[in-house]
Amino acid sequence: MSHPTTVAAPHHHAPPQGFLRTHVFSLDHKVIGKQYLDLALVAVCIGMLLSWLMRFHLAWPETPIPGLAKLSPNGAAGGVITPEYYLALMTMHGTIMVFFVLTTAPFAGFGNYFLPIQVGAEDMAFPRINMMSFWVTLVAFLVLISGFFVGDGPPLSGWTAYAPLSAVGKDAGPGQGVGQTLWAVSITLFCVAQLLGALNFITTTLDLRTKGMSLARMPYSTWAWFITSVIGLIAFAVLMPACILLILDRVAGTSFFIPAGLVISDRLQPHSGGSPLLWQHLFWFFGHPEVYIAILPGFGIISHILPAFARKPLLGPRVLIACLVAIAFLSYTVWGHHMFLSGMNPFSATLFSVPTLIITIPATIVTLLWIGTVYGANLRFTTPALFCLGFVSVFVSGGISGFFLAQPSIDTYLHGTYFVVGHFHFVMGVAAMFGIFAGTYFWAPKMFGRMMNETLGKWHFWLTFIGVYCVFMPMHYLGLAGNVRRYSAFTDDYLKPMIPLHQFITIAALCTGVAQLLFLFNLVRARFRGPKAPDNPWEATTLEWSTTSPPPFDNFGGRPPVVHHGPNEYGATGATGATGDYVMQASPQSAGPA
Amino acid sequence: MGKLFAVVLTIITVVSTALFVAHTWWLPVDISAHGQAIDRQLSETMVTSGVLFVLSQFALALFVWRYADRGDGRKAKTFPGGVTPMVLFATVLVGAEILALTFVGSKVWAGIYQTPPDPGSLQIDVQSEQFAFYFRYPGPDGKFGATHPELINEANENYFGLDPAHDVSARDDIVVPTLTIPVNRPIALTLRAKDVSHAFYVPELRIQQDFVPGLAIPLHFTATDTGKHEIVCTQLCGLGHYNMRAYIEVISQAAFDQWLKDKAAQQ
Amino acid sequence: MTGNATPPPPIVPPVAGPPTASRSTTEPPPLAPAQTGVLLAIGTICMSFAALTSAMVVRQGAAPDWRHFHLPYLLYLNTLVLLASSGTLEWSRRRIAAVPVGAARLPGLDGLAGVYFTLVLGLLFVTGQVIAWRQLAAQGLFLATAPSSAFFYVFTALHGLHVLGGLVALVYVLRRLRRIAGPVPRVALRAAALYWHFMGALWLYLLAILATRV
Repeated sequence: MSHPTTVAAPHHHAPPQGFLRTHVFSLDHKVIGKQYLDLALVAVCIGMLLSWLMRFHLAWPETPIPGLAKLSPNGAAGGVITPEYYLALMTMHGTIMVFFVLTTAPFAGFGNYFLPIQVGAEDMAFPRINMMSFWVTLVAFLVLISGFFVGDGPPLSGWTAYAPLSAVGKDAGPGQGVGQTLWAVSITLFCVAQLLGALNFITTTLDLRTKGMSLARMPYSTWAWFITSVIGLIAFAVLMPACILLILDRVAGTSFFIPAGLVISDRLQPHSGGSPLLWQHLFWFFGHPEVYIAILPGFGIISHILPAFARKPLLGPRVLIACLVAIAFLSYTVWGHHMFLSGMNPFSATLFSVPTLIITIPATIVTLLWIGTVYGANLRFTTPALFCLGFVSVFVSGGISGFFLAQPSIDTYLHGTYFVVGHFHFVMGVAAMFGIFAGTYFWAPKMFGRMMNETLGKWHFWLTFIGVYCVFMPMHYLGLAGNVRRYSAFTDDYLKPMIPLHQFITIAALCTGVAQLLFLFNLVRARFRGPKAPDNPWEATTLEWSTTSPPPFDNFGGRPPVVHHGPNEYGATGATGATGDYVMQASPQSAGPA
Repeated sequence: MGKLFAVVLTIITVVSTALFVAHTWWLPVDISAHGQAIDRQLSETMVTSGVLFVLSQFALALFVWRYADRGDGRKAKTFPGGVTPMVLFATVLVGAEILALTFVGSKVWAGIYQTPPDPGSLQIDVQSEQFAFYFRYPGPDGKFGATHPELINEANENYFGLDPAHDVSARDDIVVPTLTIPVNRPIALTLRAKDVSHAFYVPELRIQQDFVPGLAIPLHFTATDTGKHEIVCTQLCGLGHYNMRAYIEVISQAAFDQWLKDKAAQQ
Repeated sequence: MTGNATPPPPIVPPVAGPPTASRSTTEPPPLAPAQTGVLLAIGTICMSFAALTSAMVVRQGAAPDWRHFHLPYLLYLNTLVLLASSGTLEWSRRRIAAVPVGAARLPGLDGLAGVYFTLVLGLLFVTGQVIAWRQLAAQGLFLATAPSSAFFYVFTALHGLHVLGGLVALVYVLRRLRRIAGPVPRVALRAAALYWHFMGALWLYLLAILATRV
């Protein structure tokens, strides 16, 4: 990288004036970051509610759910969810969670807020495009949600929307008319927004670093956002045309994904020549990197936060970065492991399983780096620290189940079962969420200028940590017993004995869900009424802690910081700053002897 | 707090592992010729992952227990050997296990999906649709009639769109909703989808395959024990997906021959 | 730390706002985020069209219903128009780059004429594409008629949309050039030109694959 680390033309906008410019149509990356986080918060509440409805129905399929009949008279007449409504809830749950929570909060949310500050810039490289990204994301969300209120409801084809079910239109089932089209339009818009966002992240990282902030001195969270953006730049660029082709199949009579001779609802479909597998290839070429987009910021956040509470440097930071790059690169070579049994050439299955298994290696290394960082530490058990430690545990659990699914011979049995559901929920629904929680508790003082409550935070952690294991570990047992996924009810002979375990999972899920209220309450209350936060409550080293809480509109009060150290100057390097056992990045003093 | 974390994590690890080891919920009895190889691959993976799982969770728990900040100004310690043991462990040990599993597993996979069926296999056509499976046997002439989507008629039970009026080989085709097969005989299925994607899954047979509209996908296996089991759909196909099921009945060769004769007589 | 020993002083931004510290308009900015941004945009657009190309290849092989047809000759004329517009833009960009920084304003239309020509040629190109569509429609080749025509329309429409975006960017840059002197708009012009040339290169690629496959 030959870019000099000097300050580029600084930004472009004066302090905002007026309520709308300051809080609504803001060019300030900090406001935009908070807007993304708020959107993700709304989305996760909806997504979680949907999962409660689904789990309740699975456990007690004939019991009416109070209030649901009023809310969805078509989908849940008498309060009992119909099979098609279950699948619609499932589709929306997956879509909302993957796109509007896991891609939005850790990446667009925290990344927007903190990447410019962490590299010492005043704002993102393109503030107007940044603002546009958020509003396009919001419109995409609204378009998606509108599926609940139009036609015969949201689509039932899952977040994966396989053709021809998703492509032929309303003959295929309820929600497959306008609901599916709205879904595809929403995702297309989302892709545009994320591509613009990735542009901003990468350009800011490459061009706007302050003096002294070489790439080697960037915080690990910045590295993770940077690498995630590169992944996204390529992945979303493939999903967008795929969704466009899907929309054309649905409304314009083309046949990209629909073969000839299909008889659906007693009607011979007018399409011919298309390939359902083409959709799967395009989707998963995006879909697999997408799950790394969901988790990599979490890797960065954990690597960023853990040293601050271990009071020692992260073990092997250069190896960490190399592993993140390796994972990013490999993520493009493995998409076929979602398609082992899809009907593609079976030899490809073996080809795809090789890089899938190889990804285990950098993933194992980064996990060992975290565990190795905990060794010999002086751990401070704050809430963010607990979520970091919890992240390591749940990532191990989720990663290991992937080891099974990566092998085609084993996938023959486990594909399409709850084993898969357990696996991806552990890595995405739990580990990535723990990254978001850790980030929230860690950065709330900086973003809101107020501290969150530690007691509530710890209760939140314990109930969640135990709860998620009770919810998702049993799914592996169900999978081993052959329990198929995406079923709205378990009517098969061999599945009926599993229902008690499903009931256990549902109870655990509802309890864990209720525990999240602690987080919500804590967050909202702290935001407006928490005790005032100092500039650097955690005694951390990176640039966001060198400015006020919250930072001024141009981040550093007109005085861009000069960086003298990397982010890792804690404890064991013998760092003894005037501040104690750490040296801040912007501190001009030299670090002590190693 | 650290000690609590270590204790909770240890309990979680022990309980989860115990439930795996005890096979409290486990695979059903394997009745397929290739099943043993798959079960062996699964056990090997289970043991390796189990060891990795237990070791990493215990290491985390142990370190968290021991390395709390006691406020005594103790200097933090670097992991002995630094980064090197981590990289070595992951690359060499995990890498070797990956190599071994891939080498053996690819043979197991190829044996099921990349080898042609036995020449003497019993050929059966399978059609999946929203939301049922139908099975077609070629009948005494040993030939399948041609299928015509435009002739499909659920009301007349013409699920495959056969044209017996004009197609001689279609006249004796046997179409049934249950897959009846003889034990210890290689079976060669051809999977077709009428409307959207479906899948064919029999846990006891350790076999699974998607149906893709527009493709005719071969699948072969040999059942090694008699009995009745369920075939379930594992590819989301619409609102009836949860209910889409057929039975597979494995019976003796003699009983099968009789069954086939009876069915042929009914055509 | 690499690069200049003394960082050049920051530049006054073109919008109203209190200047901070001492600023000078004599030095060009050391880095060009606009340039990086455009390069990344080019990368991502390439990826999108690569995905569509592979979709086309797969679809062509999936069924025997491709139905080849001849591309309207107008497309080749449109190509010349687009390439010419790249020429005019590049000519303009170099003329403007040669004007010393710090000049009060750009002398007259000097240099800017090329940008206006580019806009006109760009619009001519898009119009020409639409006419080519009408010619195909007159032959009975619509979006849903055959996979070949479907991909033809999808490729040309997406390219055309990106060209329109490039025109909007050029108008934006033009307005800034008219209003203020200084290096910032020139950097923006360079970035916009890079994008525009890429539109030409992308079109040449699309023409090649459409001519050989459709």
